[in-house]
Amino acid sequence: MNLSVSLPGLKLKNPIMPASGCFGFGAEYSKFYDLNQLGAIIIKAATAEARYGNPTPRVAETSAGMLNAIGLQNPGVDNIIANELPALSVYDTPIIANVAGSTIEEYEMVAKAFKNTEQVEALELNISCPNVKEGGVQFGTDPYLASEVTKRVKAQSDVPLYVKLSPNVTNIVEIANAVAKAGADGLSMINTLTGMRIDLQTRKPIIANKIGGLSGPAIKPVAIRMIYQVKQQIDIPIIGMGGITCAEDVLEFLLAGANAVAVGTANFENPFICPEIIAELPEVLKKYGFSSVEDAIGKGHINE
Amino acid sequence: MIRKANLTIVHHEKIAESTFLLHVLSEASTLDIKPGQFIHIKIGQDHSHVLRRPISIADVDHTNKIIKIIFKTVGEGTSYLSQQKVGGKIDALLPCGSSYPIDNLTMDHALLIGGGIGVPPLYYLAKQLVEKGVSVTTILGFQTASHVFFEQEFKALGDVYVATNDGSYGHSGFVTDVYHAVKPSFDYYFSCGPTPMLKGITTDLKEKQGYISLEERMGCGVGACFACVIPSVNGGYKKICQQGPVFDASEVILA
Repeated sequence: MNLSVSLPGLKLKNPIMPASGCFGFGAEYSKFYDLNQLGAIIIKAATAEARYGNPTPRVAETSAGMLNAIGLQNPGVDNIIANELPALSVYDTPIIANVAGSTIEEYEMVAKAFKNTEQVEALELNISCPNVKEGGVQFGTDPYLASEVTKRVKAQSDVPLYVKLSPNVTNIVEIANAVAKAGADGLSMINTLTGMRIDLQTRKPIIANKIGGLSGPAIKPVAIRMIYQVKQQIDIPIIGMGGITCAEDVLEFLLAGANAVAVGTANFENPFICPEIIAELPEVLKKYGFSSVEDAIGKGHINE
Repeated sequence: MIRKANLTIVHHEKIAESTFLLHVLSEASTLDIKPGQFIHIKIGQDHSHVLRRPISIADVDHTNKIIKIIFKTVGEGTSYLSQQKVGGKIDALLPCGSSYPIDNLTMDHALLIGGGIGVPPLYYLAKQLVEKGVSVTTILGFQTASHVFFEQEFKALGDVYVATNDGSYGHSGFVTDVYHAVKPSFDYYFSCGPTPMLKGITTDLKEKQGYISLEERMGCGVGACFACVIPSVNGGYKKICQQGPVFDASEVILA
C-alpha cells in the first residue's frame, strides 16, 4: 500500500515521525532500529545558546499520560549542527528541526543557523513550550505575537515552516489563522496541555517546576478536536500529534485532517513504537476502506 | 546494547516489609549485564501507565540466564510489579545505564555502603568483587528492623554492619555513623541509596575515591528525553539513565 505523503518541502515515505523532545537527536533510538524506516524525524528543540533546563523531578506519570517540565535543555543550535546532525546524515529520512527561543531575535538566530545546513528540510517553530519562564508559550497564546514570530522566522529561512501550536488557548482556530496568514507553510499540533500533580505525602507539586506539560493518550481527544476545528476553517497541511500509540490512532488523526503524524510519549513506553505503527498502518487503512494514506486525509469531515 | 526483552517470572518472594525479590528468566544471554545497571520495566498491558519504572539489578545467574531484582512498593508501578505471579511476563528494556567500573580499578579492599532500596545493586557488585579476589566490607542502612534484607547474603561475602535509623536493629543511626565508628580501611568505596545519604557519604569520604549510583524519576530510560539529570561539576547536567546511574562521586553535584 502507498503510505507516502507529500507536505510542503517534505516527501515522506510514510506519515510517521517521532515528535520533538521525545527522540533526542535520534542517536539513542538508532540503536534499536534503522531510522530509515521513519517518515521523518523531528529533533529536540534548539535554542541559540545551550540551556540546562529545569531542576528535577522533571516528569510525573498521570492516568494514561505524563507531565514533563524538561525546560528545553539542549546544547545550543551550533553544537547541534556540529555534533548531533552529522550522525543523522547516513539516513535518507528528512530532518525537521524544532526552533525555540525566549525572544523573536533568538528564534531568528536559530532559524538562520539551520539555514546553513542542507540536512534540515523543514523547521518546526516551537511557540508552545509551556515549561520555560520566557518566550515559548507566550508566543503561542497571543495571535499577534504568534503572527509576528512566524513572519520573522519565515523571512530567515528558505525551508518550509511548520508552526507548533499550543492547546492552552480558548480559540485554536484564531491562532491557526494568525500564523497561516503570517506565512506558515503548515501547522504542527498539538503541544502539551499544562497540568500539575501534587504528592499526598509531601503536599507539594511532584514536578520541581510545579507545572508541566501533559502528554500521552489522555490528550488525544483534545488533539483530534483541535485538528478537526482548524481543518474546518483553514486549508493548511497539519502534522498531528497528541497521544498516538497505534495505527488506529494514526487513522483517527488523518480523518480529523492531519496529513502526517508525530509520535511522542509512546516512544518511552515502547522504543519500537514508530516502526511497529508503520508496519500496522496498511492493514488498518485497508480494514477501514482506504487504499492509501492520502486517501484518508480529512475524510472525517462530512459536507453538511 | 539495550534490548527489549520479554522476561518470565520464575520466583517471587517477599523478603522484608514492602520489599520483594523477583527472579526473571531471560531468553537472551545475560553476560552483558554489569553491576550497577538497571532494567526499565513496563507497567501493565495497556497504555494507562506510559512511563516504565527503573529497577536496579540485584544479581544475575548467568548459567541459568536469571536476573534478580529487588524493589520496594512505593507507588502504583511497584505495587503492580509486586502483584505479578510466577509464570507471568515482564516487558523490560535492558541492560540500561552505566556500571561500577571495577574492571578498570585495582584494589585489595572495597567498602560498599547501601541504604534501603539502594542495597540491591551492591550485592551483584560484591559478588563480582569477591570473584576478583577483592575483600569487601559492607555497611547497610535501613529505616527499621522490618526493612532489613540481604544481611546474610552479604555476610557470606565479607564483613557486614547494619544500621537502622530508629535503632531497632544493629547500630542505631545512619550508615555514616557506622563508618565513623568502625573506620574500615579500603581502596575505593561504592554506594547506592537515597540522595541525602549519598550526600553525607561523599562529604565524609571526600578524600577517598568512590562511585555512587543515583535514583531519579525517569522518562525514556535510554538518554533521549532529558528527564533524569544531575548537575555536573563541569557545568550543565549529566543524564542519569544513560551516563549514569553510576557516577564517579567527584563528577556530579548532589542537591
